[in-house]
Amino acid sequence: MTAALAAPSPTGGAKTRINDFSIQVATVNGSGSQTANTVLLRAIFQMGVFVSGKNLFPSNIAGLPTWFTIRASAQGYVARKVSNEMLILMNPETAKEDIAKADPGALVIYDEPLQLDKLRSDLAYTPVPFQKLVTASCPEPKLHKLVKNMIYVGVAARLLGIDMEEVKKAIAKQLKGKAKAVELNQTACMAGYDWAMENLEDQDHIKVVRDNKTQGLIIIDGNEACALGALFAGVTVVGWYPITPASSLVETFIEYAEEYRKDPKTGKSTVAIVQMEDELASAGVVLSAGWAGARSMTSTAGPGISLMSEFIGLGYYVEAPGVFFNVARTGPSTGLPTRTQQSDVELCAKCSHGDTLHVNLYPGTMEECFQFSYDAFDLAEKFQTPIFVVTDLDLGMQNWASKPFAYPAKPYDRGKVLNQQQLADMKDWGRYKDVDGDGICYRSLPGTPGGKGAYLTRGSGHNAYAQYSEKPEDYLEVMGRLKRKYETAKAFVPGPVFRNQGSDKGVLAFGSSDPAVIEAQDVLLAQGLKTDYLRLRALPFTAEVDAYVKEKKVVYVVEQNRDGQMANLFRETYPEHATKFKSVLHYDGHAIDAKSIVDQITAFEQK
Amino acid sequence: MTTATPSAPVPAAPTNKLGFTKQDYVGSKSTLCAGCGHDAITAQIINAAFESSIEGHRVTKYSGIGCSSKTPAYFMNQGWGFNSVHGRMPSIATGASLANRTLINIGVSGDGDSMSIGMGQFVHAVRRNIPMIYIIEDNGVYGLTKGQFSATADKGSHLKSGAVNDFPPIDPCTLAIELGCGFVARCFSGNPKQLNAILKAAFAYQGTVVLDVISPCVTFNNHDASTRSYKHVKDHDFPLHDLGFIQYSEVEDVEIPAGQTEIVTFPDGSKVAIKAIHEGYEPTDRFGAMKAIHESMAKGEFLTGLLYINPTQPPLPEMLNLVDEPLATLGEDLLKPSPAELDKIMQALM
Repeated sequence: MTAALAAPSPTGGAKTRINDFSIQVATVNGSGSQTANTVLLRAIFQMGVFVSGKNLFPSNIAGLPTWFTIRASAQGYVARKVSNEMLILMNPETAKEDIAKADPGALVIYDEPLQLDKLRSDLAYTPVPFQKLVTASCPEPKLHKLVKNMIYVGVAARLLGIDMEEVKKAIAKQLKGKAKAVELNQTACMAGYDWAMENLEDQDHIKVVRDNKTQGLIIIDGNEACALGALFAGVTVVGWYPITPASSLVETFIEYAEEYRKDPKTGKSTVAIVQMEDELASAGVVLSAGWAGARSMTSTAGPGISLMSEFIGLGYYVEAPGVFFNVARTGPSTGLPTRTQQSDVELCAKCSHGDTLHVNLYPGTMEECFQFSYDAFDLAEKFQTPIFVVTDLDLGMQNWASKPFAYPAKPYDRGKVLNQQQLADMKDWGRYKDVDGDGICYRSLPGTPGGKGAYLTRGSGHNAYAQYSEKPEDYLEVMGRLKRKYETAKAFVPGPVFRNQGSDKGVLAFGSSDPAVIEAQDVLLAQGLKTDYLRLRALPFTAEVDAYVKEKKVVYVVEQNRDGQMANLFRETYPEHATKFKSVLHYDGHAIDAKSIVDQITAFEQK
Repeated sequence: MTTATPSAPVPAAPTNKLGFTKQDYVGSKSTLCAGCGHDAITAQIINAAFESSIEGHRVTKYSGIGCSSKTPAYFMNQGWGFNSVHGRMPSIATGASLANRTLINIGVSGDGDSMSIGMGQFVHAVRRNIPMIYIIEDNGVYGLTKGQFSATADKGSHLKSGAVNDFPPIDPCTLAIELGCGFVARCFSGNPKQLNAILKAAFAYQGTVVLDVISPCVTFNNHDASTRSYKHVKDHDFPLHDLGFIQYSEVEDVEIPAGQTEIVTFPDGSKVAIKAIHEGYEPTDRFGAMKAIHESMAKGEFLTGLLYINPTQPPLPEMLNLVDEPLATLGEDLLKPSPAELDKIMQALM
């Protein structure tokens, strides 16, 4: 056996990075590496260390390269970090390129036959005979490919100083207690660990040391958090169509619905879930179910929203409720389907032809994914309109540590729905009459007995009594009221979150940019630049947003798209302040990182 | 001095079992062209609903875009209606019928709305057996945009302008049978008796009813060179049978003649009595029906009547094993998991 060694790093003598490093694992898609990587992430998390994971995967089932990055951070930073202190290279296709891109001093664990150690002299190499180890530890040759990845978990655990008991626990958790699979994987992992104990010297470059930062926290992805929000919000009709990265939202919901949405008396289902023929039909189901009184939703990504646009305009104009989750990905067109972006901001803000304005929610944390999804159903029924919950692949599909979710105790707000008695008592009811002056009218549900309240919903011009009308005054009345209704929403959508350092310079961001902005703000402060950070959480802009815009001398709008779409919305909404907004952009498909933000803001400041 | 002539007492309008008069089933005034076949269909929907004592408030009417799609405004004002977007009526019916499974769903579409832009939604609604009467008011042209060919226009048929259709027609009925629809019928808007019997049977049916009604467009497709003109359709209409529909509540009181009459019984006990005119046509024989329809189409004829019937297939809410009460009105107590359940979910994620 080759005497592999973890040589002291060429940058030797540098302080050991305790609980503060990134590991990048390069594998082949479909090789089961996701399980191994999640186990490694969980094991570090169980050691009490704040950790985040990013899976950079191809649009492919098996065979193309995939990278997984794990970041441990004692300070609690969870944004993507561009530099990596450890590389685990399992993919022959990308190994040379990965080496070329490596940061000086990185520890490189690689599959021995790849013979990478001659490529650069400023890296610390650890060749591992994976094939030999897997052959010896796994009796079933057809499982070698899958189990092989578990060996690098063992090797990494040894080098990083992770307690093997935590690794074993993480395996059991990840494989949901399937006894045979758990044993097989634990054995392989142990083989890697034992081999490393015997053959590798210890290293002092990066280490995991037990801490207490993660006690009581959960690990979850945003799609699951949104699915749980919808579950607790009592969604009753789901029409959907598969699309990356949104499918797992509904798929996870289906799993939870199996357990939590059966009538205990009859065993029958209290939710209808139908995989439709396309996104158009999904939108039709959502809006008509909402119109008929159900709490309804769909989950899709940008291409799906494009297809749903006509229906969403109908929903806006006829005032039918429904919740539309957009787990955004990199566009335009098919774009990069497995990469993240925030490039559907303007699409969702004004989805459909004609004049339309939609309420959008931008969760930025896992707790908000849960809570905003819950709230979206109230807002949809309260405002009788399509509501967008806009996340992205980074929030939706990556693993995040989070506080456990608080129980949403607030009772459902089913909005202004008239029952049989109320309809009978009401004089001169009109479906689109603004009785309360808030732009929100009273509706009736199909099937209500008593002979009152029936009306014909139409996407064509209508008056306050839902009658067909092409009269300019009727059209203006409806469109004016819809605008008023949107204004009313300002008081009911979640307001912004501030992180102020006492400055007249603003940083404004939303959604998944949050962790990178927080980190960037700290770096900028250390460099002497104070900023006040506003994290936007909804459209329309609330009064607090108005005040912030007026008060700041400059507002750096951080977003993950090319055209500065959110900045455009701000310039349009606050034309008198238009020159204040400076775009800080990151849109290459990777999640945004702190350094990109720091560099761009610093460049603006030096101008 | 004139004396008032005593007026004759106005006879009370007849009422149905629910105590409603026919007037209770009407809608707003039609704005379609005078003589439009669609208005004849509307009249029979009103008659059939009245005669079947349909509860008006449970009726929900759906449509897409086009002349046909305007008609839900013209019948049953007691029911709710949803005039949606072009070709998407089926998904509207799907969502609402899932939200409230007690609704009686009527979708009205046209040949353009269903066989071109809405083909995808048509086939999938049929596949899923949405509980609805899906009426296609079929005239072979786009009326509302002034007379372009639709996908049901016969190959070689002419527009008023002289343009000739080069493409073969799509037949909604054989397509529906192919897709597994359990109630497929074709009627001619000029044969109210047949349409009335079929609509009454359709009201009693649980799943998707596909009802293709040849309904000539008097403005754009009623000329001599059209295969969808009144005259042409009347001359080529071959009714398959005399139909009688007996609602479940009346089954005891009605004597069904023995002999040539075939009886099809619905799950609720209602019966359709089918007395054959066209020798050898068997509406419960799926493949036989397809063959006969194709043969008649090749001869340029319209076989009308109950083309195929199989009343045993479960509709979508049943396939999804939904609770009996409307999902729309389920309470928070049944929908929202408890704090203990959230805690259990959170524990599993730690």
